[in-house]
Amino acid sequence: MTSQSVSPVATEAALRAKNVSVYYGSTLAVRDVNLDIFKNEITAFIGPSGCGKSTLLRCFNRTNDLIPGARVEGKAMFHGTDLYAKDIDPVYVRRRIGMVFQKPNPFTKSIYENIAFAARINGYKGDMDELVENSLRRAALWDEVKDKLRQSGLSLSGGQQQRLCIARTIAIEPEVILMDEPCSALDPISTLQIEELMKELESRYTIVIVTHNMQQASRISDRTAFFNAEATESGNKVGYLVEYGDTEKIFNDPSEQATQDYVSGRFG
Amino acid sequence: MTPLSSQAKPLDAGWDIEQKEVLNALGRRQGVDTGFSLLALSAVIFSLFVLVVLLADVLIDGVPVLSWNFLTSFPSRKAETAGIVSALVGTIWVMVLVALVTFPIGVGAGIFLEEFVPDSWLARAIEINISNLAGVPSIIYGLLGLQVFVRILFPITQGRTVLAGALTLALLVLPIVIIATREALRAIPGSLRQAGFALGATRWQVIRSHIFPLALPGILTGVILALSRAIGETAPLITIGALTYIPFLPELSLRGLQSPFTVLPIQIFNWVSRPQADFHALAAGAIIVLMVILLLMNATAIYLRNRFQK
Repeated sequence: MTSQSVSPVATEAALRAKNVSVYYGSTLAVRDVNLDIFKNEITAFIGPSGCGKSTLLRCFNRTNDLIPGARVEGKAMFHGTDLYAKDIDPVYVRRRIGMVFQKPNPFTKSIYENIAFAARINGYKGDMDELVENSLRRAALWDEVKDKLRQSGLSLSGGQQQRLCIARTIAIEPEVILMDEPCSALDPISTLQIEELMKELESRYTIVIVTHNMQQASRISDRTAFFNAEATESGNKVGYLVEYGDTEKIFNDPSEQATQDYVSGRFG
Repeated sequence: MTPLSSQAKPLDAGWDIEQKEVLNALGRRQGVDTGFSLLALSAVIFSLFVLVVLLADVLIDGVPVLSWNFLTSFPSRKAETAGIVSALVGTIWVMVLVALVTFPIGVGAGIFLEEFVPDSWLARAIEINISNLAGVPSIIYGLLGLQVFVRILFPITQGRTVLAGALTLALLVLPIVIIATREALRAIPGSLRQAGFALGATRWQVIRSHIFPLALPGILTGVILALSRAIGETAPLITIGALTYIPFLPELSLRGLQSPFTVLPIQIFNWVSRPQADFHALAAGAIIVLMVILLLMNATAIYLRNRFQK
Protein backbone atom coordinates (compact mmCIF):
# COMPACT_ATOMS: atom_id res chain seq x y z
CA MET A 1 0.00 0.00 0.00
CA THR A 2 2.74 2.45 0.92
CA SER A 3 5.19 2.87 -1.86
CA GLN A 4 8.14 4.76 -0.53
CA SER A 5 10.38 5.95 -3.29
CA VAL A 6 13.89 6.72 -2.12
CA SER A 7 14.89 10.32 -2.45
CA PRO A 8 18.30 11.01 -3.99
CA VAL A 9 19.87 12.17 -0.72
CA ALA A 10 18.62 9.81 1.96
CA THR A 11 18.27 11.76 5.19
CA GLU A 12 17.40 10.84 8.71
CA ALA A 13 13.79 10.23 9.67
CA ALA A 14 12.78 12.87 12.24
CA LEU A 15 9.29 11.57 12.79
CA ARG A 16 8.00 8.07 12.26
CA ALA A 17 4.47 6.72 12.51
CA LYS A 18 4.28 2.97 13.10
CA ASN A 19 0.82 1.45 12.81
CA VAL A 20 -0.71 4.63 14.18
CA SER A 21 -4.47 4.60 14.68
CA VAL A 22 -6.36 7.40 16.37
CA TYR A 23 -9.72 7.06 18.08
CA TYR A 24 -12.09 9.75 19.28
CA GLY A 25 -13.98 7.96 22.02
CA SER A 26 -14.87 4.67 20.39
CA THR A 27 -14.81 6.06 16.84
CA LEU A 28 -11.81 5.21 14.73
CA ALA A 29 -10.67 8.36 12.89
CA VAL A 30 -7.55 7.19 11.08
CA ARG A 31 -6.10 3.71 10.91
CA ASP A 32 -2.75 1.98 10.61
CA VAL A 33 -0.58 4.75 9.29
CA ASN A 34 3.05 3.95 8.59
CA LEU A 35 5.27 6.73 7.38
CA ASP A 36 8.63 8.44 7.93
CA ILE A 37 9.06 12.18 7.86
CA PHE A 38 12.57 13.23 6.97
CA LYS A 39 14.70 15.89 8.50
CA ASN A 40 14.95 19.29 6.77
CA GLU A 41 12.30 18.45 4.27
CA ILE A 42 8.80 19.73 3.73
CA THR A 43 6.28 16.94 3.83
CA ALA A 44 2.73 17.61 2.69
CA PHE A 45 -0.36 15.71 3.79
CA ILE A 46 -3.13 15.94 1.22
CA GLY A 47 -6.51 14.30 0.87
CA PRO A 48 -10.25 14.96 1.04
CA SER A 49 -11.93 16.29 4.21
CA GLY A 50 -12.27 13.79 7.03
CA CYS A 51 -9.38 11.61 5.89
CA GLY A 52 -7.50 12.05 9.15
CA LYS A 53 -4.54 14.11 7.98
CA SER A 54 -4.93 16.79 10.66
CA THR A 55 -5.59 14.11 13.24
CA LEU A 56 -2.36 12.36 12.34
CA LEU A 57 -0.49 15.68 12.38
CA ARG A 58 -1.67 16.39 15.91
CA CYS A 59 -0.33 13.01 17.05
CA PHE A 60 3.19 14.21 16.46
CA ASN A 61 3.16 16.90 19.13
CA ARG A 62 0.53 15.37 21.37
CA THR A 63 -2.04 18.11 20.84
CA ASN A 64 -4.54 15.25 20.54
CA ASP A 65 -4.08 14.87 24.29
CA LEU A 66 -6.03 18.10 24.71
CA ILE A 67 -9.11 16.68 22.98
CA PRO A 68 -11.28 14.77 25.46
CA GLY A 69 -11.59 11.12 24.51
CA ALA A 70 -8.81 11.09 21.90
CA ARG A 71 -6.59 7.99 22.02
CA VAL A 72 -3.55 7.04 19.97
CA GLU A 73 -2.59 3.47 19.23
CA GLY A 74 0.63 2.34 17.62
CA LYS A 75 3.84 4.29 17.86
CA ALA A 76 4.55 7.91 17.00
CA MET A 77 8.30 8.35 17.23
CA PHE A 78 10.67 11.30 17.24
CA HIS A 79 14.24 10.30 16.40
CA GLY A 80 13.47 6.80 17.57
CA THR A 81 11.85 7.79 20.88
CA ASP A 82 8.21 6.89 21.43
CA LEU A 83 6.42 10.21 21.94
CA TYR A 84 3.74 8.47 23.99
CA ALA A 85 6.10 6.65 26.37
CA LYS A 86 5.25 7.04 30.05
CA ASP A 87 8.29 9.13 30.92
CA ILE A 88 7.74 11.65 28.11
CA ASP A 89 6.20 14.96 29.19
CA PRO A 90 3.87 16.28 26.47
CA VAL A 91 4.89 19.84 27.36
CA TYR A 92 8.48 18.97 26.43
CA VAL A 93 7.31 17.30 23.21
CA ARG A 94 5.49 20.47 22.16
CA ARG A 95 8.49 22.60 22.96
CA ARG A 96 10.53 20.55 20.44
CA ILE A 97 7.76 20.07 17.89
CA GLY A 98 5.98 23.37 17.31
CA MET A 99 2.68 23.95 15.58
CA VAL A 100 1.00 26.59 13.44
CA PHE A 101 -2.77 26.42 13.23
CA GLN A 102 -5.36 26.85 10.54
CA LYS A 103 -6.70 30.09 11.90
CA PRO A 104 -4.06 32.61 13.00
CA ASN A 105 -4.20 32.68 16.80
CA PRO A 106 -1.89 35.39 18.15
CA PHE A 107 -2.14 36.07 21.86
CA THR A 108 -4.16 39.14 22.78
CA LYS A 109 -0.94 40.89 23.72
CA SER A 110 1.57 43.09 21.96
CA ILE A 111 3.50 41.81 18.95
CA TYR A 112 6.65 41.88 21.08
CA GLU A 113 5.02 39.96 23.91
CA ASN A 114 3.66 37.30 21.54
CA ILE A 115 7.24 36.26 20.87
CA ALA A 116 8.74 37.05 24.26
CA PHE A 117 6.16 34.86 26.07
CA ALA A 118 7.28 31.70 24.28
CA ALA A 119 10.93 32.49 24.92
CA ARG A 120 10.44 33.43 28.56
CA ILE A 121 8.50 30.33 29.60
CA ASN A 122 11.10 28.13 27.97
CA GLY A 123 13.95 29.76 29.87
CA TYR A 124 15.60 31.84 27.13
CA LYS A 125 18.80 33.38 28.47
CA GLY A 126 19.83 35.81 25.73
CA ASP A 127 18.82 39.34 24.78
CA MET A 128 15.04 39.39 24.36
CA ASP A 129 14.95 42.44 22.06
CA GLU A 130 17.39 40.75 19.73
CA LEU A 131 15.45 37.48 19.72
CA VAL A 132 12.21 39.29 18.91
CA GLU A 133 13.83 41.17 16.07
CA ASN A 134 15.56 38.10 14.64
CA SER A 135 12.46 35.95 14.84
CA LEU A 136 10.38 38.62 13.10
CA ARG A 137 13.06 39.04 10.43
CA ARG A 138 13.17 35.32 9.79
CA ALA A 139 9.39 35.27 9.53
CA ALA A 140 9.63 38.12 6.97
CA LEU A 141 7.53 40.38 9.16
CA TRP A 142 10.07 42.74 10.72
CA ASP A 143 9.85 45.54 8.19
CA GLU A 144 6.09 45.67 8.49
CA VAL A 145 5.93 45.77 12.29
CA LYS A 146 9.21 47.22 13.55
CA ASP A 147 7.59 50.55 14.42
CA LYS A 148 4.62 49.05 16.26
CA LEU A 149 5.98 46.24 18.40
CA ARG A 150 3.89 47.44 21.34
CA GLN A 151 0.64 47.23 19.42
CA SER A 152 -1.66 44.26 19.82
CA GLY A 153 -0.94 41.21 17.69
CA LEU A 154 -4.60 41.33 16.73
CA SER A 155 -4.15 44.70 15.02
CA LEU A 156 -2.30 42.96 12.16
CA SER A 157 -3.90 41.59 8.99
CA GLY A 158 -4.64 37.86 8.74
CA GLY A 159 -1.49 37.09 6.77
CA GLN A 160 0.65 39.14 9.13
CA GLN A 161 -0.93 37.41 12.12
CA GLN A 162 -0.06 34.02 10.66
CA ARG A 163 3.53 35.14 10.08
CA LEU A 164 3.59 36.38 13.69
CA CYS A 165 2.48 32.91 14.78
CA ILE A 166 5.30 31.41 12.72
CA ALA A 167 7.77 33.93 14.20
CA ARG A 168 6.65 32.95 17.68
CA THR A 169 7.09 29.28 16.84
CA ILE A 170 10.59 29.64 15.39
CA ALA A 171 11.67 31.95 18.22
CA ILE A 172 11.98 28.96 20.52
CA GLU A 173 13.83 26.99 17.82
CA PRO A 174 11.89 23.74 17.72
CA GLU A 175 13.12 20.97 15.45
CA VAL A 176 9.87 20.31 13.69
CA ILE A 177 7.10 22.70 12.71
CA LEU A 178 3.69 21.16 12.12
CA MET A 179 1.38 23.33 10.02
CA ASP A 180 -2.31 22.57 9.92
CA GLU A 181 -3.66 24.26 6.76
CA PRO A 182 -1.77 27.46 7.62
CA CYS A 183 -2.95 29.34 4.54
CA SER A 184 -6.59 28.31 4.33
CA ALA A 185 -7.78 31.54 5.96
CA LEU A 186 -5.46 33.77 3.92
CA ASP A 187 -5.60 35.62 0.61
CA PRO A 188 -3.38 34.50 -2.32
CA ILE A 189 -0.65 37.09 -1.69
CA SER A 190 -0.32 36.23 2.00
CA THR A 191 -0.34 32.56 1.02
CA LEU A 192 2.56 33.14 -1.36
CA GLN A 193 4.50 34.98 1.37
CA ILE A 194 4.02 32.07 3.77
CA GLU A 195 5.08 29.56 1.13
CA GLU A 196 8.27 31.52 0.42
CA LEU A 197 8.88 31.67 4.14
CA MET A 198 8.50 27.92 4.45
CA LYS A 199 11.04 27.37 1.69
CA GLU A 200 13.51 29.54 3.61
CA LEU A 201 12.86 27.74 6.89
CA GLU A 202 13.34 24.32 5.33
CA SER A 203 17.11 24.41 5.76
CA ARG A 204 16.78 24.64 9.53
CA TYR A 205 13.53 22.89 10.30
CA THR A 206 11.57 19.80 9.42
CA ILE A 207 8.17 20.98 8.25
CA VAL A 208 4.97 19.00 7.93
CA ILE A 209 2.05 20.77 6.30
CA VAL A 210 -1.55 19.72 5.93
CA THR A 211 -3.13 21.38 2.93
CA HIS A 212 -6.22 21.22 0.78
CA ASN A 213 -4.46 23.16 -1.90
CA MET A 214 -2.78 20.72 -4.27
CA GLN A 215 -0.86 23.42 -6.11
CA GLN A 216 0.56 24.42 -2.78
CA ALA A 217 1.64 20.86 -2.00
CA SER A 218 3.28 20.46 -5.39
CA ARG A 219 4.96 23.89 -5.19
CA ILE A 220 6.59 23.58 -1.81
CA SER A 221 6.84 20.01 -0.59
CA ASP A 222 9.58 17.43 -1.08
CA ARG A 223 7.36 14.51 -0.24
CA THR A 224 3.63 14.10 -0.26
CA ALA A 225 1.36 11.71 1.57
CA PHE A 226 -2.07 11.17 0.08
CA PHE A 227 -4.80 10.13 2.52
CA ASN A 228 -8.27 8.97 1.67
CA ALA A 229 -11.33 8.06 3.70
CA GLU A 230 -13.67 5.14 3.45
CA ALA A 231 -17.06 4.74 5.07
CA THR A 232 -17.46 1.97 7.62
CA GLU A 233 -20.60 -0.06 8.21
CA SER A 234 -21.69 2.29 11.00
CA GLY A 235 -21.45 5.26 8.63
CA ASN A 236 -18.32 6.82 10.09
CA LYS A 237 -15.45 7.81 7.89
CA VAL A 238 -12.09 6.26 8.59
CA GLY A 239 -8.99 7.80 7.09
CA TYR A 240 -5.99 5.85 5.83
CA LEU A 241 -2.75 6.51 4.03
CA VAL A 242 -3.02 5.63 0.34
CA GLU A 243 0.34 6.55 -0.99
CA TYR A 244 3.47 8.34 0.17
CA GLY A 245 6.50 9.32 -1.83
CA ASP A 246 8.42 12.09 -3.57
CA THR A 247 6.07 14.92 -4.43
CA GLU A 248 7.04 14.75 -8.07
CA LYS A 249 6.13 11.09 -8.29
CA ILE A 250 2.84 11.53 -6.42
CA PHE A 251 1.74 14.30 -8.76
CA ASN A 252 3.11 12.96 -12.05
CA ASP A 253 3.24 9.20 -11.77
CA PRO A 254 1.33 7.89 -8.76
CA SER A 255 1.06 4.14 -8.23
CA GLU A 256 -2.54 4.21 -7.05
CA GLN A 257 -5.55 5.07 -9.15
CA ALA A 258 -7.15 6.98 -6.22
CA THR A 259 -4.09 9.23 -5.97
CA GLN A 260 -4.17 9.82 -9.70
CA ASP A 261 -7.85 10.77 -9.53
CA TYR A 262 -7.33 13.10 -6.59
CA VAL A 263 -4.25 14.99 -7.82
CA SER A 264 -5.77 15.42 -11.25
CA GLY A 265 -8.85 16.96 -9.63
CA ARG A 266 -11.28 14.22 -10.63
CA PHE A 267 -12.62 13.97 -7.10
CA GLY A 268 -12.18 15.54 -3.71
CA MET B 1 -48.48 50.09 -1.85
CA THR B 2 -48.17 50.10 -5.62
CA PRO B 3 -47.37 46.78 -7.27
CA LEU B 4 -43.94 46.63 -8.93
CA SER B 5 -43.82 46.10 -12.70
CA SER B 6 -45.11 42.71 -13.77
CA GLN B 7 -42.76 39.81 -14.30
CA ALA B 8 -42.70 36.70 -16.50
CA LYS B 9 -45.05 33.79 -15.85
CA PRO B 10 -43.61 31.64 -13.03
CA LEU B 11 -42.33 28.11 -13.70
CA ASP B 12 -44.32 26.63 -10.83
CA ALA B 13 -48.07 27.27 -11.05
CA GLY B 14 -48.13 27.55 -7.25
CA TRP B 15 -46.40 30.94 -7.60
CA ASP B 16 -49.11 32.25 -9.92
CA ILE B 17 -50.41 34.72 -7.33
CA GLU B 18 -51.88 38.15 -8.01
CA GLN B 19 -49.53 40.94 -6.88
CA LYS B 20 -52.50 42.61 -5.15
CA GLU B 21 -53.02 39.49 -3.08
CA VAL B 22 -49.34 39.37 -2.17
CA LEU B 23 -49.42 42.96 -1.01
CA ASN B 24 -52.57 42.46 1.04
CA ALA B 25 -51.03 39.47 2.80
CA LEU B 26 -47.87 41.49 3.39
CA GLY B 27 -49.94 44.24 4.98
CA ARG B 28 -51.42 41.73 7.44
CA ARG B 29 -47.97 40.30 8.22
CA GLN B 30 -46.58 43.77 8.93
CA GLY B 31 -49.61 44.42 11.17
CA VAL B 32 -48.77 41.36 13.29
CA ASP B 33 -45.19 42.64 13.44
CA THR B 34 -46.29 46.03 14.81
CA GLY B 35 -48.68 44.31 17.22
CA PHE B 36 -45.94 42.20 18.69
CA SER B 37 -43.57 45.12 19.19
CA LEU B 38 -46.36 47.03 20.99
CA LEU B 39 -46.96 44.03 23.24
CA ALA B 40 -43.27 43.83 24.11
CA LEU B 41 -43.18 47.58 24.72
CA SER B 42 -46.09 47.35 27.17
CA ALA B 43 -44.21 44.65 29.11
CA VAL B 44 -41.30 47.06 29.47
CA ILE B 45 -43.56 49.93 30.52
CA PHE B 46 -45.32 47.75 33.10
CA SER B 47 -42.11 46.59 34.79
CA LEU B 48 -40.60 50.07 34.70
CA PHE B 49 -43.81 51.51 36.12
CA VAL B 50 -43.74 49.15 39.12
CA LEU B 51 -40.10 50.03 39.71
CA VAL B 52 -40.73 53.77 39.47
CA VAL B 53 -43.67 53.56 41.91
CA LEU B 54 -41.54 51.60 44.38
CA LEU B 55 -38.65 54.04 44.07
CA ALA B 56 -40.90 57.08 44.38
CA ASP B 57 -42.60 55.65 47.46
CA VAL B 58 -39.29 54.92 49.16
CA LEU B 59 -37.84 58.31 48.20
CA ILE B 60 -40.91 60.25 49.44
CA ASP B 61 -40.82 58.44 52.80
CA GLY B 62 -37.08 58.16 53.21
CA VAL B 63 -35.46 61.35 51.93
CA PRO B 64 -36.69 63.54 54.85
CA VAL B 65 -34.95 61.33 57.44
CA LEU B 66 -31.61 61.25 55.58
CA SER B 67 -29.07 63.34 57.46
CA TRP B 68 -25.57 63.08 58.82
CA ASN B 69 -27.05 62.17 62.19
CA PHE B 70 -29.07 59.34 60.65
CA LEU B 71 -25.86 57.86 59.22
CA THR B 72 -23.81 58.26 62.40
CA SER B 73 -26.27 57.45 65.20
CA PHE B 74 -26.86 54.11 66.83
CA PRO B 75 -30.36 52.62 66.81
CA SER B 76 -32.66 53.85 69.52
CA ARG B 77 -36.14 53.34 70.92
CA LYS B 78 -36.86 56.95 70.03
CA ALA B 79 -37.33 57.40 66.30
CA GLU B 80 -35.98 61.02 66.33
CA THR B 81 -32.52 59.96 67.51
CA ALA B 82 -32.28 56.53 65.84
CA GLY B 83 -29.64 55.95 63.13
CA ILE B 84 -28.05 53.22 61.10
CA VAL B 85 -24.35 53.47 61.92
CA SER B 86 -24.05 49.99 63.43
CA ALA B 87 -25.98 48.39 60.53
CA LEU B 88 -23.99 50.33 57.94
CA VAL B 89 -20.64 49.42 59.47
CA GLY B 90 -21.83 45.83 59.97
CA THR B 91 -22.80 45.60 56.30
CA ILE B 92 -19.40 46.91 55.23
CA TRP B 93 -17.60 44.44 57.55
CA VAL B 94 -19.63 41.51 56.30
CA MET B 95 -19.31 42.43 52.61
CA VAL B 96 -15.54 42.90 52.81
CA LEU B 97 -15.20 39.50 54.49
CA VAL B 98 -17.54 37.82 52.00
CA ALA B 99 -15.47 39.26 49.14
CA LEU B 100 -12.21 38.12 50.72
CA VAL B 101 -13.53 34.59 51.15
CA THR B 102 -15.47 34.11 47.91
CA PHE B 103 -12.99 35.60 45.46
CA PRO B 104 -10.09 33.17 46.02
CA ILE B 105 -12.24 30.12 46.74
CA GLY B 106 -14.90 30.68 44.09
CA VAL B 107 -12.51 31.73 41.33
CA GLY B 108 -10.07 28.96 42.26
CA ALA B 109 -12.78 26.33 42.15
CA GLY B 110 -14.08 27.73 38.86
CA ILE B 111 -10.64 27.62 37.25
CA PHE B 112 -10.04 24.09 38.49
CA LEU B 113 -13.38 22.77 37.27
CA GLU B 114 -13.17 24.48 33.89
CA GLU B 115 -9.50 24.14 33.00
CA PHE B 116 -8.03 21.23 34.91
CA VAL B 117 -10.70 18.56 35.36
CA PRO B 118 -11.11 16.25 32.39
CA ASP B 119 -14.70 15.81 31.26
CA SER B 120 -16.14 12.85 33.16
CA TRP B 121 -19.38 11.83 34.84
CA LEU B 122 -17.95 13.06 38.16
CA ALA B 123 -17.18 16.50 36.71
CA ARG B 124 -20.68 16.71 35.25
CA ALA B 125 -22.23 15.61 38.54
CA ILE B 126 -20.30 18.34 40.36
CA GLU B 127 -21.39 20.90 37.77
CA ILE B 128 -25.08 19.99 38.14
CA ASN B 129 -24.81 20.11 41.91
CA ILE B 130 -23.19 23.52 41.90
CA SER B 131 -25.94 24.87 39.67
CA ASN B 132 -28.49 23.39 42.06
CA LEU B 133 -26.74 24.96 45.05
CA ALA B 134 -27.16 28.36 43.41
CA GLY B 135 -30.91 27.83 43.57
CA VAL B 136 -31.20 26.58 47.16
CA PRO B 137 -33.33 28.94 49.30
CA SER B 138 -31.13 31.20 51.37
CA ILE B 139 -32.77 30.20 54.66
CA ILE B 140 -31.29 26.72 54.19
CA TYR B 141 -27.85 28.31 54.13
CA GLY B 142 -28.84 30.10 57.33
CA LEU B 143 -29.61 26.78 59.01
CA LEU B 144 -26.31 25.35 57.76
CA GLY B 145 -24.45 28.42 59.02
CA LEU B 146 -26.18 28.19 62.39
CA GLN B 147 -25.06 24.61 62.90
CA VAL B 148 -21.59 24.79 61.37
CA PHE B 149 -20.32 28.31 62.00
CA VAL B 150 -22.24 29.33 65.11
CA ARG B 151 -22.25 26.03 66.98
CA ILE B 152 -19.56 23.60 65.75
CA LEU B 153 -16.96 26.27 64.98
CA PHE B 154 -17.79 28.28 68.10
CA PRO B 155 -14.15 28.34 69.28
CA ILE B 156 -13.21 30.20 66.10
CA THR B 157 -16.29 32.33 65.43
CA GLN B 158 -17.44 32.92 69.02
CA GLY B 159 -21.03 32.31 68.01
CA ARG B 160 -23.35 34.83 66.37
CA THR B 161 -20.63 37.11 65.10
CA VAL B 162 -19.48 39.06 62.06
CA LEU B 163 -17.32 36.09 61.07
CA ALA B 164 -20.13 33.52 61.29
CA GLY B 165 -22.44 35.82 59.30
CA ALA B 166 -19.87 36.50 56.60
CA LEU B 167 -18.99 32.81 56.22
CA THR B 168 -22.68 31.92 55.89
CA LEU B 169 -23.20 34.53 53.16
CA ALA B 170 -19.97 33.44 51.48
CA LEU B 171 -21.33 29.89 51.22
CA LEU B 172 -24.54 31.29 49.79
CA VAL B 173 -22.86 33.16 46.93
CA LEU B 174 -19.98 30.77 46.20
CA PRO B 175 -21.96 28.82 43.56
CA ILE B 176 -22.74 32.08 41.76
CA VAL B 177 -19.05 33.03 41.68
CA ILE B 178 -18.00 29.55 40.53
CA ILE B 179 -20.56 29.53 37.72
CA ALA B 180 -19.63 33.07 36.62
CA THR B 181 -15.94 32.15 36.60
CA ARG B 182 -16.55 29.05 34.51
CA GLU B 183 -18.68 30.96 32.04
CA ALA B 184 -16.07 33.69 31.71
CA LEU B 185 -13.35 31.09 31.09
CA ARG B 186 -15.50 29.18 28.62
CA ALA B 187 -15.94 32.34 26.56
CA ILE B 188 -12.19 32.51 25.83
CA PRO B 189 -11.54 30.78 22.48
CA GLY B 190 -9.81 27.40 22.66
CA SER B 191 -7.42 28.48 19.92
CA LEU B 192 -5.59 30.66 22.46
CA ARG B 193 -5.05 27.68 24.75
CA GLN B 194 -3.79 25.63 21.81
CA ALA B 195 -1.43 28.45 20.85
CA GLY B 196 0.07 28.42 24.33
CA PHE B 197 0.36 24.64 24.54
CA ALA B 198 1.95 24.42 21.09
CA LEU B 199 4.75 26.67 22.36
CA GLY B 200 5.56 24.36 25.25
CA ALA B 201 3.65 26.19 27.96
CA THR B 202 2.18 24.30 30.89
CA ARG B 203 -1.49 24.55 31.73
CA TRP B 204 -0.89 27.07 34.50
CA GLN B 205 1.32 29.24 32.27
CA VAL B 206 -1.37 29.33 29.60
CA ILE B 207 -4.08 30.20 32.13
CA ARG B 208 -1.98 32.73 34.03
CA SER B 209 -0.72 34.66 30.99
CA HIS B 210 -3.47 34.39 28.42
CA ILE B 211 -6.74 32.97 29.68
CA PHE B 212 -7.19 34.52 33.11
CA PRO B 213 -6.44 38.13 32.10
CA LEU B 214 -9.06 37.90 29.34
CA ALA B 215 -11.62 36.25 31.61
CA LEU B 216 -11.03 38.69 34.50
CA PRO B 217 -13.63 41.32 33.52
CA GLY B 218 -16.30 38.62 33.35
CA ILE B 219 -15.15 37.08 36.61
CA LEU B 220 -15.16 40.44 38.41
CA THR B 221 -18.64 41.19 37.12
CA GLY B 222 -19.79 37.83 38.47
CA VAL B 223 -18.17 38.42 41.84
CA ILE B 224 -19.74 41.84 42.24
CA LEU B 225 -23.17 40.57 41.20
CA ALA B 226 -22.78 37.81 43.79
CA LEU B 227 -21.89 40.42 46.42
CA SER B 228 -24.95 42.44 45.40
CA ARG B 229 -27.00 39.34 46.14
CA ALA B 230 -25.31 38.89 49.52
CA ILE B 231 -25.77 42.50 50.59
CA GLY B 232 -29.55 42.21 50.47
CA GLU B 233 -29.86 38.83 52.21
CA THR B 234 -31.78 38.92 55.48
CA ALA B 235 -33.14 35.44 56.15
CA PRO B 236 -29.86 33.52 56.65
CA LEU B 237 -28.53 36.20 59.00
CA ILE B 238 -31.69 36.23 61.06
CA THR B 239 -31.45 32.43 61.19
CA ILE B 240 -27.93 32.49 62.57
CA GLY B 241 -29.12 35.06 65.08
CA ALA B 242 -27.70 38.41 64.06
CA LEU B 243 -28.97 40.97 66.56
CA THR B 244 -31.14 43.93 65.71
CA TYR B 245 -30.01 46.27 68.45
CA ILE B 246 -26.26 46.90 68.41
CA PRO B 247 -25.25 50.02 70.30
CA PHE B 248 -21.52 49.69 69.49
CA LEU B 249 -19.21 49.13 66.51
CA PRO B 250 -16.96 46.08 65.97
CA GLU B 251 -13.38 46.84 66.92
CA LEU B 252 -11.18 47.48 63.85
CA SER B 253 -8.98 44.44 64.49
CA LEU B 254 -9.09 40.67 64.30
CA ARG B 255 -11.13 40.72 67.51
CA GLY B 256 -13.77 42.68 65.61
CA LEU B 257 -14.46 39.51 63.63
CA GLN B 258 -15.82 37.94 66.79
CA SER B 259 -18.11 40.82 67.60
CA PRO B 260 -21.92 40.63 67.44
CA PHE B 261 -23.29 42.50 64.46
CA THR B 262 -26.27 43.67 62.50
CA VAL B 263 -26.64 44.63 58.84
CA LEU B 264 -28.84 47.05 56.91
CA PRO B 265 -31.48 44.54 55.71
CA ILE B 266 -31.99 43.34 59.28
CA GLN B 267 -32.27 46.90 60.56
CA ILE B 268 -34.83 47.64 57.81
CA PHE B 269 -36.76 44.48 58.63
CA ASN B 270 -36.79 45.43 62.30
CA TRP B 271 -38.03 48.98 61.70
CA VAL B 272 -40.68 47.95 59.20
CA SER B 273 -42.16 45.46 61.64
CA ARG B 274 -42.76 48.16 64.26
CA PRO B 275 -46.20 49.77 64.43
CA GLN B 276 -45.08 53.44 64.56
CA ALA B 277 -45.01 55.32 61.24
CA ASP B 278 -41.85 57.19 62.29
CA PHE B 279 -39.90 53.94 62.18
CA HIS B 280 -41.29 53.16 58.72
CA ALA B 281 -39.75 56.40 57.50
CA LEU B 282 -36.45 55.36 59.06
CA ALA B 283 -36.72 52.02 57.19
CA ALA B 284 -37.25 53.91 53.92
CA GLY B 285 -34.15 55.99 54.68
CA ALA B 286 -32.12 52.85 55.31
CA ILE B 287 -33.42 51.34 52.04
CA ILE B 288 -32.13 54.41 50.18
CA VAL B 289 -28.70 53.99 51.78
CA LEU B 290 -28.67 50.28 50.86
CA MET B 291 -29.65 51.10 47.28
CA VAL B 292 -26.90 53.67 46.97
CA ILE B 293 -24.33 51.09 48.13
CA LEU B 294 -25.73 48.58 45.64
CA LEU B 295 -25.58 51.13 42.81
CA LEU B 296 -21.99 51.97 43.73
CA MET B 297 -21.05 48.29 43.63
CA ASN B 298 -22.66 47.76 40.23
CA ALA B 299 -21.03 50.92 38.92
CA THR B 300 -17.69 49.53 40.09
CA ALA B 301 -18.41 46.30 38.22
CA ILE B 302 -19.10 48.19 35.01
CA TYR B 303 -16.05 50.41 35.49
CA LEU B 304 -13.76 47.42 36.08
CA ARG B 305 -15.18 45.56 33.10
CA ASN B 306 -14.59 48.48 30.75
CA ARG B 307 -11.13 49.11 32.15
CA PHE B 308 -9.90 45.54 31.82
CA GLN B 309 -11.47 45.01 28.43
CA LYS B 310 -9.08 47.51 26.90
